[in-house]
Amino acid sequence: MHDHDDHDHHDNHFPDMQARVKALETVLTQKGLIDPAAIDAIVETYETKIGPRNGARVVAKAWSEPDFADWLSRDATAAIASLGYSGRQGEHMRAVFNTPETHNLVVCTLCSCYPWAVLGLPPVWYKAPPYRSRAVIDPRGVLEEFGLTLPHTKKIRVWDSTAELRYIVIPERPEGTEGLDQDALTDLVPRDSMIGTGLAKPVGAGR
Amino acid sequence: MNAHEPSNLLTGSPELPKSLEGDPVFAEPWQAEAFAMTVRLHEKGVFSWSEWAEALSRELYQPGRCADGSDYFDCWVAALSRLVTELSITSEAQLDHLTRSWQRAAEATPHGQPILLENDPAL
Repeated sequence: MHDHDDHDHHDNHFPDMQARVKALETVLTQKGLIDPAAIDAIVETYETKIGPRNGARVVAKAWSEPDFADWLSRDATAAIASLGYSGRQGEHMRAVFNTPETHNLVVCTLCSCYPWAVLGLPPVWYKAPPYRSRAVIDPRGVLEEFGLTLPHTKKIRVWDSTAELRYIVIPERPEGTEGLDQDALTDLVPRDSMIGTGLAKPVGAGR
Repeated sequence: MNAHEPSNLLTGSPELPKSLEGDPVFAEPWQAEAFAMTVRLHEKGVFSWSEWAEALSRELYQPGRCADGSDYFDCWVAALSRLVTELSITSEAQLDHLTRSWQRAAEATPHGQPILLENDPAL
């Protein structure tokens, strides 16, 4: 394992539908019929309600079933696809596991590098230029802004997603959750814990 | 529910994939963006929701659709494109031109940089 995977540089590619939607957005914005902020506001109302539940189920299963966790660490694409979650463009997934020694944080470019199929829509802040550049330079500072202060002894690994390879963070299982079934565990896994800007929720804080 | 009152809009959008809580389900961000633009154009009075539902239905009931419904938002985008061209807001040719321009811009943008239309080398 190393901190930064090599990635090729021809990975910015807009599939036809994505480009078509950008074209509509451009022309409608030029005509003054929409503004990007209003569109973001509408999208934002949905981003946390959907999608992330799929990723949370992956995490809960990994916490509960060592064999699945092992498969996930070796071949996340196949392990996640076995649950029926796979991206339309066949992108590869890699699961990075938080440990007592290491915290993982995922960043991305501003284009299409987010595991939609597992995590749903990306948060607006994730797409903003400052997040990516600062997360690489000063991950500890960025995490503190998210209210997550990690001990200085804990190493932070930053993973830069590409269009071909996307990451999901498997947070550490909270203490005191031994008796919980996978449904209950799923409720303890917020979206941000799978990006690495948060942790799994302590017991009793679930929905 | 939020100020956009999407519930009426959702029930008026045939076959829209919905979660158990009744929210629309998007597989990719462009789908949510297409949905949001449609909601916004309706709020602005550009078209009525029944005009929208009719345009969407026309696309949904074309022959050759995927049996599993995975092309639902492709139909959505086709319906939105058709509606805005019929309303003379833009033309099919202009949309095609901009679509290709965005694709060239994406290819020309290095990893880690925001993709901007200005990055299209043909501009």
